[in-house]
Amino acid sequence: MNFERLKEKLEILADAAKYDVSCSSSGGSRKNKKGALGDSSASGICHTYTEDGRCVSLLKILLTNHCIYDCAYCVSRSSNDIKRAGFTVEEVVDLTINFYRRNYIEGLFLSSGIFKNADTTMERLVRVAKKLRLEENFNGYIHLKSIPGASDELMQEAALYADRLSINIEIPTESGLKLLAPEKNRQDMLNPMKYIQNGISQYKDEKKIFRKVPKFAPAGQSTQMIVGATNENDLQIIKVADHFYKNYNLKRVYYSGYVPVLEDNRLPALTTAVPMLRENRLYQSDWLMRFYGFKAEEILDPNMPFLDLEVDPKLSWALRHLHQFPINLQTADYQMILRIPGIGVKTAQKIVSARRFQVLTIEHLKKLGAAVNRAKYFIDFTAGNIHLRHLTDINLRKLLIGGSTSKFQNQFSQQLTLF
Amino acid sequence: MTTLLYDGSFDGLFTAIFEVFEYRYKDVEIVSRERFYQENIFAEIHEVITQNEKAERVLNKLEQNIGKSGIHELLKVFLSEDIELEQLILSAVKQSIQHPDKNILQNYADHDMLKISKIGKSVSRERHRMTAFVRFEKMQDDVFFAKIDPDFNVLPLIRKHFKDRYQDQKWMIYDLKRNYGILYDLENCDFFYPDEKLDLQKYQQKFHDEETQYQTLWQRYFTRTNIVERKNLKLHIQHVPRRYWKYLTEKN
Repeated sequence: MNFERLKEKLEILADAAKYDVSCSSSGGSRKNKKGALGDSSASGICHTYTEDGRCVSLLKILLTNHCIYDCAYCVSRSSNDIKRAGFTVEEVVDLTINFYRRNYIEGLFLSSGIFKNADTTMERLVRVAKKLRLEENFNGYIHLKSIPGASDELMQEAALYADRLSINIEIPTESGLKLLAPEKNRQDMLNPMKYIQNGISQYKDEKKIFRKVPKFAPAGQSTQMIVGATNENDLQIIKVADHFYKNYNLKRVYYSGYVPVLEDNRLPALTTAVPMLRENRLYQSDWLMRFYGFKAEEILDPNMPFLDLEVDPKLSWALRHLHQFPINLQTADYQMILRIPGIGVKTAQKIVSARRFQVLTIEHLKKLGAAVNRAKYFIDFTAGNIHLRHLTDINLRKLLIGGSTSKFQNQFSQQLTLF
Repeated sequence: MTTLLYDGSFDGLFTAIFEVFEYRYKDVEIVSRERFYQENIFAEIHEVITQNEKAERVLNKLEQNIGKSGIHELLKVFLSEDIELEQLILSAVKQSIQHPDKNILQNYADHDMLKISKIGKSVSRERHRMTAFVRFEKMQDDVFFAKIDPDFNVLPLIRKHFKDRYQDQKWMIYDLKRNYGILYDLENCDFFYPDEKLDLQKYQQKFHDEETQYQTLWQRYFTRTNIVERKNLKLHIQHVPRRYWKYLTEKN
């Protein structure tokens, strides 16, 4: 193997793949067969983190960055003058296996620029996964990026070898997609997703009857939206995510703050800061929908289409629903405890567990790991709570902001730094 | 005050706990022989001889009350090497025997039980980190070798993870701080305890021909997958604390 050339290809094709934010290796369970390589468990492992603080759990690369499309937001767009490269199937397999053996990665995340047409590209991706599973006996994680417009037959085969499949819908609104990626259409993205969704539910039904049914995309599907490349609002984004969770059973929706890499008058200027704080608030909202029992409509409504950048979405909800507070820690049900600002899933579970043994005080709450600086205004303890007098105060919001310092302060300020 | 001296093993500790009940000691401390130095000259010393049957009896009783997962929590406290570990585990056993119908470990409002839960969390975090941060280097004899020096003694907690994952390659993980390791030779996966510290200098010279090349590929990948515009070193260090850097291929 020519290592110098391989190194160069790896640099180009890792660089081009890095804007895909998905790095999850969770949700699949593929037990190792005797004497083979690899074992994936439900939780997934981040093997390291890049300097931008993102998890590295998979070898995330493009098969090639040659692309026939010219989407404005993409570095690999056909009109962009960059170095092009392409891996052979063998090279990708070799890198995956050798990185896995050294415990660098949980598996492979393989995406690709579209060369020739959708099916030729998809077929090549599937061939990598197939070789890993059948020839190398590899049981690590495989995430394949499906190609919009790929045929049902290829999607079927992909789902047999990959753990997770995804298609990025890229731009949250159809009008935005038309503007930035005129050659792509939404339906080409949705059809393969629908096919896989049906396949997964069929698999689940068959599994109930037959013990041995070949796995079918066991870690499900995910998608990604670019945030801030067009002028969509947060309500639209959350609604789209909610739609995908409900109608396509997606495991995850990722949000990717647009990193300006290309000069184009349809796009924000190159000097525009990456909207990190907005992205963070979207993830917080996503968590509220998936783990805290919030409905999309509760997080935002048409009168308030953007997320509050000053306070997190749960606190923002609480401030708009003060009449539902205070909540009594000793008697409230779990779902309501989850809605108290500053209390997360783990802490809520501990509260429900510990209160069976004794009456909880604010001191206990601190030790259980709640963010008491926020929570204290919304809780009633059996012994009373002096902070409750602020609950009806019109300045409660100010008090809360003053009582905490955001980790995003300065660092990711939305305002331009002039000097 | 009675001081129970045990041999530092898990079974030894539970033998000692059995004897606390057997001899109805009220005011006691349990100390491992290695860590013992006498400061209280009026203390009465009781030497514990490890007896598996006694330890088993305590553990079986405990398992009825707090379940397998509860025992696992206590094992993590033991492996934490925390200086209060004996006192905490004794406290859990005592409370569990007083309240056999409850899982006493869930009483997070109790000082000792909360501490057990916190230590458990720390140990689990490091266990998880070791499944992530172990870096194997391929040697000339085809063994994939990794060295670690975790804050807690987590090697026993990661054996199964690596055993499940790497069945078709020989590998070895060596704890530099505690001077012992795990070795898998395609058949067995056992702990080994060398008489002397491994000479890493010498071992490190025996890299397989392709090893440095894959290391370079990995370093390049690591650099290129980073998005410069989103640099956030604080977060990076929070996830990958500096103390682990020296063993991470991508950080060297």
